[in-house]
Amino acid sequence: MNTSFLRVSVWVYLAIFFAYLLGPLVIMSVTAFNSSEFPRATPWECLTFDWFSALFQDQRILNGIKNSLIIGLGTVVLSVAMGLAGALMLTQIWPKLRATYYTIIIAPILIPGVVLGISTLVFWDRINRFLGLGADSFLSNGIFLTVIGQSTFIASYCMLVLVARLQRYDVALTEAALDLGATHAQAFRKILLPFMRPAIASAAVLAFLASFENYNTTTFTFGEYPTLTIELAQKVRYGITPAISALAFIIVVLTVFFALLNEAGIKRKEVVAAARRQATVGEMTGKVRLPGFFTGNAAAVVLVVFAIATISVVGTATVYSPAQCIADVKEQKRLEAEKRIQELRKKREEQRKQREAEQAEQGEAQQSAPKPSNNSGFGNVFAPNTLSGEGEDDAPETDTDEQPSGGNGGFGGAFDPNSLQSPSD
Amino acid sequence: MSAGVGVDLENLWIRFGDFVAVRDANVNINGGDFFSFLGPSGCGKTTILRAVSGFLEPSEGNVLIGGNNMKGIGPNKRPTALIFQNLALFPLMKVWENITFSMEIKGASSAERRKRADELLDMIALPDQGDKLPSELSGGQRQRVAIARALCAEPDVLLLDEPLSALDLKLRQHMRTELREIQKRVGITFIYITHDQGEALTMSDDIAVMRAGVIDQIADGKTIYNDPSTAFAASFVGENNVFRGKVKQVMGSEALITTNRSGDLVARISTANQGKMKEGDEAMMFIRPEAFAIAPDGATGDHFVTASVTHEEFEGNVFNIFTEGEGGKEIKVSIPNLGQSFESHTGQAITLEYETRNAVIVPAGELAAE
Repeated sequence: MNTSFLRVSVWVYLAIFFAYLLGPLVIMSVTAFNSSEFPRATPWECLTFDWFSALFQDQRILNGIKNSLIIGLGTVVLSVAMGLAGALMLTQIWPKLRATYYTIIIAPILIPGVVLGISTLVFWDRINRFLGLGADSFLSNGIFLTVIGQSTFIASYCMLVLVARLQRYDVALTEAALDLGATHAQAFRKILLPFMRPAIASAAVLAFLASFENYNTTTFTFGEYPTLTIELAQKVRYGITPAISALAFIIVVLTVFFALLNEAGIKRKEVVAAARRQATVGEMTGKVRLPGFFTGNAAAVVLVVFAIATISVVGTATVYSPAQCIADVKEQKRLEAEKRIQELRKKREEQRKQREAEQAEQGEAQQSAPKPSNNSGFGNVFAPNTLSGEGEDDAPETDTDEQPSGGNGGFGGAFDPNSLQSPSD
Repeated sequence: MSAGVGVDLENLWIRFGDFVAVRDANVNINGGDFFSFLGPSGCGKTTILRAVSGFLEPSEGNVLIGGNNMKGIGPNKRPTALIFQNLALFPLMKVWENITFSMEIKGASSAERRKRADELLDMIALPDQGDKLPSELSGGQRQRVAIARALCAEPDVLLLDEPLSALDLKLRQHMRTELREIQKRVGITFIYITHDQGEALTMSDDIAVMRAGVIDQIADGKTIYNDPSTAFAASFVGENNVFRGKVKQVMGSEALITTNRSGDLVARISTANQGKMKEGDEAMMFIRPEAFAIAPDGATGDHFVTASVTHEEFEGNVFNIFTEGEGGKEIKVSIPNLGQSFESHTGQAITLEYETRNAVIVPAGELAAE
């Protein structure tokens, strides 16, 4: 009884945890396919792929991606090289200095990115001036500064990854290579570097991702080369469209794809290794029969399903046209809006008549009393005409079931039925 | 058979800070010999090996290989190849690539390397295993690959740092024979480091017994075993019963020793110490368990010891009798099992007998830790 309750709670906890983790991504992905002008999942209007084409026609976004890629590659090269050098140094350094050295080389991770950004800018500007170079020199180039600035802390991440692998390295291997006649350079290239390759690959991926998503350091150093994150941040400031959701969706899909690819690759190696271990010498030299790529490899199966799904979605997108649907939705909205306007007009007419009747009863004394609507302290800000540019999207929401009664005075004319006329006409 | 290249250590000192790892070592190793350094762990034998291979510069003294002083010559320029304790096979290279690494360094073509690898794989009885990774081989196979890799470099001197210590007993015994055979076949000098006296005794032409950075004795295995020159060598190599005492009387190559608990006993003075021991010296007498025999009751004299049997055990090739002499002195006796009937003596007092030539006297000194 108690244990089953515990088990259920664990599942509930897991469900909440993953909903928290993945929910925003799912919702954002959904918005990329909704024809609504503003990124949202509900109300669902029409399935559309137009945001993807809108994305690929946005020159600023494309330029941002290009800059991010260039800077990412530069950062990978610089950070991995510096990280490897730092890691090797850590294993070679006099043991008493090791802790101090480690602290120093890890420090950039702990320093806020903005500080690194500003200091990079200031430092290289000083160098630039010291060398007597102009404002357009290589040293004040946005790409150069961003690569240098990001590498200051990304190199530390790389070093951590590389040190972990290096600690498993047996120095006797280098000694064995030397003993067999290799020079130090040969031992490094033929023994240590191949051993480090997996860690170097991990460090490179890590460095690229860290560079790609970096904002706070880059924001000081990008100069004339805004990266994707900078462009997105600037876009958000002036209102966003689902084209950004489309971009995010592409990134999510690519991430999942490469994660699956990696997982399938690892699984495949394991399967092959297991097969090799089980095979006897005769089997190995004779007929080498490795099991299929998919045997015991769930990741590979998912990967293939994933690829098929992608292809079919892209295929659908090329032939699918949501124009009719969008037109229908527009028409429907227009009709709905019109209907409500009619209702509201009717109500207003009734109220007006009622008021006139009351006024007639109460006589002239009441005529100077202020009218409840259109008299708020907000002046003309919420005047009906200011809404005209907002588009018809807002029409069904703003007019829900508000009455143009005295209680609405604080909102100015926002809920005045007249304000709906201009968009719907 | 070629004469091979000899190795000489001249007044070799190696210090790490204040710690002296090797103290004034003088060793002449003949070309083509199988030479072992035998000692407990931490005695400096690996340090000597690293000095010979060039990973370590001696603090004082010289390492000569083939008469050439190796001072300032790096490990990659010395005519030595080292087999590491953990073998240090390159984990990412296939077996044949491992074996011919020294050729790759010299720029040999892949076909050449492959051919040489196949020859060496045949020699170490691992044909058709060239395309495996080291991790796919068994311990003994890896061992042989490491040997092949070292031999591929065509060294004048092969250095082996306890290469058999990770193997199980049967394989270790098998590899001993194999190593010795390979050494005879290639005819180069082998320098072997071990803490296992069995390995040293079975394989070596000569053995240096080391203790705490000092070389106690250099001799062939038989001499080390039968005629140890120090108490350490006597107690470290093989099992020995030790009797402490004082020299009572020196009679040429023999001496009478007053032991602390077992009375006056006679033994020969070890060759290295003859003429150096005089009456009144602190001395130790060693008698191996198998050198004792059970004598008729009541026999007395200067080569009889009386003791009572505490327990007995059967080890297969021998019966071990654990006895207690006068004053609680523990004496172990091993009677070879030749199929004879063996009557239990547990709880009885027996008289043990030995022959003078099987008891050896050395000056008192440090014993090997149990």
